[in-house]
Amino acid sequence: MNRIVLESPDGVPVAVPLSERVHWVGAFDPHLRTFDIILKTANGTSYNAYVVRGSEGVAVIDTVKEGFADVFFARLESVADYAEIKVIVLNHLEPDHTGALPELMRRAPGAQLYISQKAQSMLKGLLKQENLHFTPVVTGDTVSLGDRSLQFLHTPYLHWPDTQCTYLPEEAMLFSGDVFGCHFCDDRLFNDRAGDFRFSFEYYYAHIMRPFKEYVLRALELIEPLPLKLIAPTHGPILRDRPDRYIQRYRQLSSPALHSEISPQQKTLLIFYISSYGNTRRMAEAIYQGALQVDDVRVSLYDLEGGEVAPFVDLIEEADGLILGTPTINGDAVKPIWDLLSSLTVVNLKNKLGGVFGSYGWTGEGVRLVEDRLRGLKLRVPIPGLRVKLIPTDDEILECKAFGLELAQELMGLREAKMINFADLA
Amino acid sequence: MAKATITFEDINITVTVPAGTRVIEVSEKVGSAITYGCREGDCGTCLMKITDGWNNLSEPSVLEDKILRENMAGKHNRLACQAQLLTGHISVKPA
Repeated sequence: MNRIVLESPDGVPVAVPLSERVHWVGAFDPHLRTFDIILKTANGTSYNAYVVRGSEGVAVIDTVKEGFADVFFARLESVADYAEIKVIVLNHLEPDHTGALPELMRRAPGAQLYISQKAQSMLKGLLKQENLHFTPVVTGDTVSLGDRSLQFLHTPYLHWPDTQCTYLPEEAMLFSGDVFGCHFCDDRLFNDRAGDFRFSFEYYYAHIMRPFKEYVLRALELIEPLPLKLIAPTHGPILRDRPDRYIQRYRQLSSPALHSEISPQQKTLLIFYISSYGNTRRMAEAIYQGALQVDDVRVSLYDLEGGEVAPFVDLIEEADGLILGTPTINGDAVKPIWDLLSSLTVVNLKNKLGGVFGSYGWTGEGVRLVEDRLRGLKLRVPIPGLRVKLIPTDDEILECKAFGLELAQELMGLREAKMINFADLA
Repeated sequence: MAKATITFEDINITVTVPAGTRVIEVSEKVGSAITYGCREGDCGTCLMKITDGWNNLSEPSVLEDKILRENMAGKHNRLACQAQLLTGHISVKPA
């Protein structure tokens, strides 16, 4: 098998051809171990950038992290003069892809910059320059390079609001930005040559794309009809061997894992609690009993002490409602609750129903703090949290049942319309 | 004092408020799922859909108008942190 040539005989980085007219001009970062605080990588990453040559000019698609600009420019110079560059496309404005942009714009003053509509304010925030010239583009916009052309696909929230993909129809290539990428550093560059990066591909999806499944599915509607010979992401191997498999995998990962047994008119309500002396547990059990009274609500009760966070996150992702029970210790909700809550940023919680309850000894701040957090996570919390001082009385147990009943009714849209005066709001 | 009423459709709660109240002052207290980021009209997080009575809200400021355009918001979308309830009845839900 021919080795991929990454450097000239005298050690200068050179571009790698993907076809006669398309080259990779990226850089490797093999010693990176933590990316963006939230992601681990056991063998670094790559910052992929590409050059497309048409009969009437050259396009540069994405750049690299600032510290790798020298390698990027050396590779770029091996296949194009700066005066030939007519087009610069940024599919995504995160600094690992825009680090070399200011210098590239300085070196190629004749180039026009193309970004998505939503990237405009981010570009200003990143470059801190006034009088920037750029063209915002949407799905369907194209740029001609003569006998090659670039078509833009608006694919927001994969994984920032600004993200887009760029399609080169004459070569059936998709420059996908972070979509279909992974943090995996391998100088064999192509998926049919690189080491086993499947874990990295899945891990990247789980941490970067998973919160935006709905947007992934919308983007796939644009991507799936395209004839594709190759997908060129901004991180990890270039997918030239059966690229359609990676698209199929994204569709699988963005669809529910196991078909739920519930029928379409049913809704799921999860109650998680943790309890030190059994008081919050007794509340949980009563709330569970209350919720069970409503038809078509599939209620489940879980003690956080008896499970690990990851499967609970999976459950919550597909649930319609979430009720959390926490005692208050030293003025706060307890750590297992916060551990669960801090793990929920990888799933979409928008508009799910939320509720909070708990027993307390002194002041009971935990419930209010968790309610605020649920609202911050974009759940709706229409019924004020229920707090009980120490051991619940029989009457308080009845209140818990009513709380569960009311939340279950709310979930099913059965709660009566309510009129409130502004002055009565706490 | 002049009054307006606002219905949060996602939770089916209607609140009577003094004219001039901003939606942000009410929505969190009643538990609507409209969520907030910067709370000062700059980020677009609190985009909401006005399903009824959009003429009963204050006009968008230049700043709000700019953010609405940047977010490609529809004609009846507003920012909950900016829109004031002026008169009559208004119905909203998270965008």
